[in-house]
Amino acid sequence: MKVIKIDKKDWVGGLEKSRSAYRLVGPFKENGKQFPVFKELDKGQEPDLTTLNTVISPKSIVFPQSEVMFEYTTDEKSEDCNLLKRPEKNYSPCAVIGIRPYDAAAFLLVQKNFDTPDYRDPYWCDAYEACTFIGMAINNPDNTDFSTSTKSGPFDESGLDVLLVDMKDHFLAKVITDKGDAYLKAAGWTAKVDTDAAIKQIDEMKNKAEVKIASKISFDNIEKKSIMELYEADFWEDVAFACINCGTCTYLCPTCWCFDIQDENHGKSGKRFKNWDGCMFPLFTHHSSGHNPRGIKVMRVRQRFMHKLKYFLDKYEDGIMCVGCGRCTRFCPVNIDIRNVCKLMNS
Amino acid sequence: MLGYIDKIRQISKGLIEDKKVDMIIGFKKGTMPMMNEPCLVKSPKDVEKLVWDSNCGINLANYLTDRKERIGIIAKGCDSRNIVTHIIENKIKREQLVIIGVPCTGMIDKHRLTSMFEGEIEQVTEQNGNITIKGEDFEEILKKNDVLQQNCSVCIHRNPVVYDELVSDLVEEQDVDRYEDVRKIEAMPSEKKWNYFDDLLSTCIRCYACRNACPLCYCPTCFVDESRPQWVGKSDDSIDIRTFHFLRAYHCAGRCTDCGACERACPVGINMRMFTRKLEKDCFEQYGWEAGLSLDERPPLDTYKPEDPDDFIK
Repeated sequence: MKVIKIDKKDWVGGLEKSRSAYRLVGPFKENGKQFPVFKELDKGQEPDLTTLNTVISPKSIVFPQSEVMFEYTTDEKSEDCNLLKRPEKNYSPCAVIGIRPYDAAAFLLVQKNFDTPDYRDPYWCDAYEACTFIGMAINNPDNTDFSTSTKSGPFDESGLDVLLVDMKDHFLAKVITDKGDAYLKAAGWTAKVDTDAAIKQIDEMKNKAEVKIASKISFDNIEKKSIMELYEADFWEDVAFACINCGTCTYLCPTCWCFDIQDENHGKSGKRFKNWDGCMFPLFTHHSSGHNPRGIKVMRVRQRFMHKLKYFLDKYEDGIMCVGCGRCTRFCPVNIDIRNVCKLMNS
Repeated sequence: MLGYIDKIRQISKGLIEDKKVDMIIGFKKGTMPMMNEPCLVKSPKDVEKLVWDSNCGINLANYLTDRKERIGIIAKGCDSRNIVTHIIENKIKREQLVIIGVPCTGMIDKHRLTSMFEGEIEQVTEQNGNITIKGEDFEEILKKNDVLQQNCSVCIHRNPVVYDELVSDLVEEQDVDRYEDVRKIEAMPSEKKWNYFDDLLSTCIRCYACRNACPLCYCPTCFVDESRPQWVGKSDDSIDIRTFHFLRAYHCAGRCTDCGACERACPVGINMRMFTRKLEKDCFEQYGWEAGLSLDERPPLDTYKPEDPDDFIK
């Protein structure tokens, strides 16, 4: 365990220095835009650490909204005829600067699906393995943050390689993994501090931040209830009434990973894409027979909450598929609040 | 508008108790500042849930589509115009409805207010045309008229156009230039216009919140969801994103009431009303038409009149 002190005047210089070995990704606000989004930072662009709460979660770093899986041609004149070619993509080391701790923890939940002993999604896994997550602890959690109830939290280290804590004139960087250590060295940040004192300081900040989180959920009863009891509960119609069945909640969620496979063909060649999809859309479950097992809104709304708060919990016995970032609640056009739904399911 | 709540509850309770309706569609208090949640009330005791303030921007006509019950619906100006459009388009019958009209003084622009303050807004209250915004270490009082949703600040039909009950006296309508910004874009050279729209849609994530919040978008299968044949690609290709927005806007021509639900619903703050308002302006200039004002007149795009403009035929 070690803690490094990074003077804020050395911050930009260190980031630039690290570019010799890493691509940098971070929240960045383009000119004229209302909010920052996670993107690969061009030279001279600094991650925006003032607005840590990005509207769109950083899941797209590893799981882009659209990704070409392979290209093909059936043109016999081509030497690639009838081959499925995975496109070249840059999987060189990438440092994700300023990710929120719970957003990094969300990758661990998604990993349970994309990286299993039986199946390994190469696109997700390769992108994930290229990343070093330099997280920024949240000193001031917002009102919809309920991350302390989900095994995560504003200082959660589980998904991070380094945890940065903003101490006003400097950052304390708690080194969590060797990957994180390597990044700090590449940036030239090596000023060690007294570990015990620094950890104590960080823990104090952590406690202060966690106390500020007033939003709580619990799912202890959900665990005990049977699937059918919850599935047939009488509150779903009421929960679903306001829902307009858009994809805001699923697309902004850092743990939602549903996707659709699409082919786009032009003459003899084409591409196969993996695109974000969501359980809120009727087309998501529309069978080629014409039948739709989730044909009406209430079924789709129920599916979203049952998957996050019950099926996942039962399947992996490792908590719910939610890190408590609050985006779905904050940006739902009609104010459907997962905290309330969880309360109903748990009561 | 806060004073409307008691009257809304009283009318709603009466309608349910007298069995004139099976349900009331209105708003209940949200869990976040500047948010209320559309809700359904079926029993007299539940009318206490109903609220009304300047955060009721979602268009409730959206919740009427193809319903079979007898419904009491709370309707501000734009909702009432979409109810008219729904009736004309056979999505609901007039006889099914008891329309509880709410003269409206505009809804608060939550996107704009959120971006005005660095800290998080914890509480927003309103009184006498003023809005008080409170956060952890700030408090500010703003005039409500200065922070209205953009569609509300240029609204010229604040009063419901059709109603069975009215919760207050009618409010004075605004005398405003509705299309100043549209004219600015019309005047741009092509390239600038292209860049403007390109930039406008650059943050779109195709969540379809705009489409789904819109009372006009009730097609059983939207053209973007059609898979046999598939008309539009589903990736984040900008051509497909543009196709979605352009076509959706055209489907709303002569029908859009500029209720602003699309813009309000958008999680990434796209001003997609720039498309629909251009079409609205054209309909007004060419056919003297404003959508949803009358139950007795067919919209210009589903009728033919010999005097219809035909200058576009060369």
